[in-house]
Amino acid sequence: MCIAIPGKIVSLDYPKAKADFNGNLVDVNVGLVDTKLGDYVLVHAGCAIEVMAKDKAMELIELFQELEDIT
Amino acid sequence: MMNIERMIQELKEYEGPELKIMEVCGTHTASIFKSGIRSLISPKLRLISGPGCPVCVTPSSYIDRCIDYAMKDHHVLVTFGDMMKVPGMHGSLSQIKGDGGSVELMYSPLEVTEKARQNPDITYVIAGVGFETTAPSYALTIEEAVREGIRNIRILTALKTVIPALEWICENEDGIGGFLCPGHVSVIIGSAAYGELLHKYNKPFVVAGFEPEHILAAIYDIVRQLRNIKQQDSSVHNLYKNAVRTEGNQKAQKIINHYFEHGDTMWRGLGMIPDSGLYLKREYADYDGGSKGLDQDVQLPRTCRCSDVIIGRANPDECKMFGKTCNPMSPYGPCMVSSEGACGIWYRNIKKGE
Ligand code: SF4
Repeated sequence: MCIAIPGKIVSLDYPKAKADFNGNLVDVNVGLVDTKLGDYVLVHAGCAIEVMAKDKAMELIELFQELEDIT
Repeated sequence: MMNIERMIQELKEYEGPELKIMEVCGTHTASIFKSGIRSLISPKLRLISGPGCPVCVTPSSYIDRCIDYAMKDHHVLVTFGDMMKVPGMHGSLSQIKGDGGSVELMYSPLEVTEKARQNPDITYVIAGVGFETTAPSYALTIEEAVREGIRNIRILTALKTVIPALEWICENEDGIGGFLCPGHVSVIIGSAAYGELLHKYNKPFVVAGFEPEHILAAIYDIVRQLRNIKQQDSSVHNLYKNAVRTEGNQKAQKIINHYFEHGDTMWRGLGMIPDSGLYLKREYADYDGGSKGLDQDVQLPRTCRCSDVIIGRANPDECKMFGKTCNPMSPYGPCMVSSEGACGIWYRNIKKGE
């Protein structure tokens, strides 16, 4: 039940915001993150818990780079 | 350059001693199944599920207290859907709702303030189940209630923190080689939170995201670390940097610590773990649904192996009742009830594969 889902901030009236999850607009409290319009935030139980730093593709490229460095 | 094929190949060809890797989070368990990761890697790498579902570790006396509220005049019990089917001593919330009890579902505890504002004669009791990921939403709800002077909200907390449970497992189970740390709990607590456990137990703790690539990468990292262990110590690695910071979300930590304090709590299947629960502080007692002391559990049938499943001592299919007398329609243990309980996940995926 700890799953958090990324949504895009489409309107912002701090600490209230609306985030777009594949076309569904949902009310989100963004009081615990520093965010702006257009950001992707991870949302859990109606609360944004973090701003996603990069898009998915970029993230995986960096992940593999990191493994290279670790091993 | 490292890539997914190379990683899978190395994990497939793994020839070393049998290694147990625990995924602490139910969402990881679900993703491992969906992506078929077990079939891609060597059978000597055993992926075992941990206590990573807050619903599965909630004792039955907690459910009973929720039911009491649902039956009480002028009270409504508000809960996440996962809790509806969990059996208490005398039935579940979903049965009670069928019998006329006042139970409402929520997507977020933050919605409850609006309901409470509109219906001042009703007390809304929120079933406050969850780990660190969910704790901030409850804290924000109390913050709003205090600010707006809303007095008809209570939280019945069954909030638990993950690090003391991991410590319990490290103390009591020495066969586990390394841990896949829960991604969204780590968003809040930060990867540095595993440092103390690392120091004490010298096992790899790797924070992972939820895509199959993330999980494979974390397994690969753990295997590599354990292979090199003679030359160097284990580490905490954060492989989910896109969402998890070393220090975590400090605003979220701050608001949790503002409203809640640590106390002992009961984990179904594990027992009482000191300081692993979060309770409302005394200043906010007016909002407390009476969460302390809810540590009684129903006597599960002796054949139910939930307590072994929760700490990875047994896989669900090693339980004699699995899929036969125990299935999602008539669950015995909490691991079969919750959508993120190991038994439920195994059942649904095995059915799908048939
Ligand atoms: S299959 Fe059912 S009875 Fe067996 S361990 Fe899981 S929940 Fe308990």
